[in-house]
Amino acid sequence: MTEIFGIPIQAFMGQLMLGLVNGSFYAMLSLGLAVIFGLLGIVNFAHGALYMIGAYVAWFILEQFGLNYWFALVIAPVVVGAMGVVIERTLLRHLYKLDPIYGLLLTFGLALIAEGVFREQFGVSGQSYPVPDVLQGATNLGFMVLPNYRAWVVFASLLICLATWVLIEKTRLGATLRAGTENPRLVQAFGINVPLMVMFTYAGGAALAAIAGVLAAPVIQVTPLMGSNLIIVVFAVVVIGGMGSILGSILTGLGLGLVEGLTKVFYPEASSIVVFVVMAIVLMIRPAGLFGKEK
Amino acid sequence: MNLPTQTRNARLVWIAVFALLVIAPFVGLYPIFMMKALCFAIFACAFNLLLGFTGLLSFGHAAFLGSAAYLTGWLVRSAGWSPELGIVAGVVLAAALGLVVGLIAIRRQGIYFAMITLAMAQMIYFVCLQMPFTGGEDGLQGVPRGKLFGLLPLDNDVAMYYLVLAVFVAVFLFILRIVHSPYGQVLKAIRENEPRAISLGYDVDRYKLLAFVLSTALAGLAGSLKTTVLGFATLTDVHWSLSGEVILMTLLGGLGTFAGPVVGAFTIIGLQNFLADRVGSWVTVIIGVIFVVCVIAFRRGFVGELIAWQQRRKA
Repeated sequence: MTEIFGIPIQAFMGQLMLGLVNGSFYAMLSLGLAVIFGLLGIVNFAHGALYMIGAYVAWFILEQFGLNYWFALVIAPVVVGAMGVVIERTLLRHLYKLDPIYGLLLTFGLALIAEGVFREQFGVSGQSYPVPDVLQGATNLGFMVLPNYRAWVVFASLLICLATWVLIEKTRLGATLRAGTENPRLVQAFGINVPLMVMFTYAGGAALAAIAGVLAAPVIQVTPLMGSNLIIVVFAVVVIGGMGSILGSILTGLGLGLVEGLTKVFYPEASSIVVFVVMAIVLMIRPAGLFGKEK
Repeated sequence: MNLPTQTRNARLVWIAVFALLVIAPFVGLYPIFMMKALCFAIFACAFNLLLGFTGLLSFGHAAFLGSAAYLTGWLVRSAGWSPELGIVAGVVLAAALGLVVGLIAIRRQGIYFAMITLAMAQMIYFVCLQMPFTGGEDGLQGVPRGKLFGLLPLDNDVAMYYLVLAVFVAVFLFILRIVHSPYGQVLKAIRENEPRAISLGYDVDRYKLLAFVLSTALAGLAGSLKTTVLGFATLTDVHWSLSGEVILMTLLGGLGTFAGPVVGAFTIIGLQNFLADRVGSWVTVIIGVIFVVCVIAFRRGFVGELIAWQQRRKA
């Protein structure tokens, strides 16, 4: 068998692929965080909880109504997006004039509530979610055996990330959104309903998190804690990438997933902390983040 | 400013509270609970020095409390150190970690500072999870209290209580002194308007770093003391949820007030004690709800509201 640095190439590519899968989740979540932070000025700690709820919606509608994965990909973001609307309308809107730390604390409280309720309802042990039939099995690429579902996750999340990028950078709606980020009062003066735009932005970010949750459901155990474990890593990703650029978030997310995968191959003990180490190094060299602008 | 007004009333309240704390073991207040609450009061006061008086939100303070708790526990149990040396070692470790994390985190301002401290604390958590001497998921159990300075046996709850109380009073007065010193005034200037403080020629980063290290050292003191009292250190002590709880204690009691963190710590620890046997894992939900309510409608906290009410009455 062929080897790379003394590691069988199969295992090596397998870990890289797993890293890429994780990286896609980092990319989708940090993208949502960045879009919400841009317009609302709120660091959404509840993002991990929304991702977790997305996965639970998928599991729940399969158990209760027999609705499969493809339905979940539509229903979960709608449900979680609606929750986002409620959260924004009832709670977040009171905070826009305050110091951003209050937004972080409020969404932290929301994350605790969600986590506690789901733990009470479904217990801490995970639920497993089946891989959809079409995507089962694996393809032999010669140098590695690629599980179809993992390939699909990377492909789908890249597609969604790119669609978000096109929406924000290349359409008229996105232009308004970006203008709103720069100067909400001026945009309002042009007759655009900024509060409504803010509401849909938060709902959109929440929906993005929910899609990530559905995509993740078949590859990991669906547990109430899956969100909070991930969100802290995503924060580090956001600090590394800088929240200024959308493509930057996507690249940083994927890149760090790969770095994590590589660490798992060569020094597994450090794989849970490598992202944080990278963050510390980046902060020392480029405090604004790899793609951030100095303010 | 919401400093406590030096009225006669306020002074009377202080004396009454102090007297109550002194006689607490003899009026039927459960000593373990009082000691635990006082340890968390030290923790919250240390945190308030940072958020309340310097304007820096650290979302990773549990890491400093927890690593000091582990080190003290291990030194006293497995290396046979005396409790006072174990506690000093814990404080030194927390301060050293604070220096490293602080140096990295002060590279960014505002909300990024919170995210960086959270991430660095998570790293410390994973290290604690994997290190052999922390006992992993089981934690570090069976730490003896030992004898203070080789003389005073701390197995006696009353003796232990007075040690904790003495440390708490010392920390409280220390923070009072810092905040009212010229150094503390600069910290407040940084909190109110950082660019202005820079333009006045202050080396803001050094002031912030010192505040961070002081705060983490005191957080470590709280952790070491807690291990000595309870005889164990576990992963809960380094987990991010504890970092969240100390924020809540400070916010609920009153951010930037002296008594606030103490009131908050006693409220939250009391609440957890009361709810633990009654509602199980709904505790997390209740803590979350208090968080949301505090941020939306009660940002001044108990003590802050009291001070505001007094000032309204005077006006």
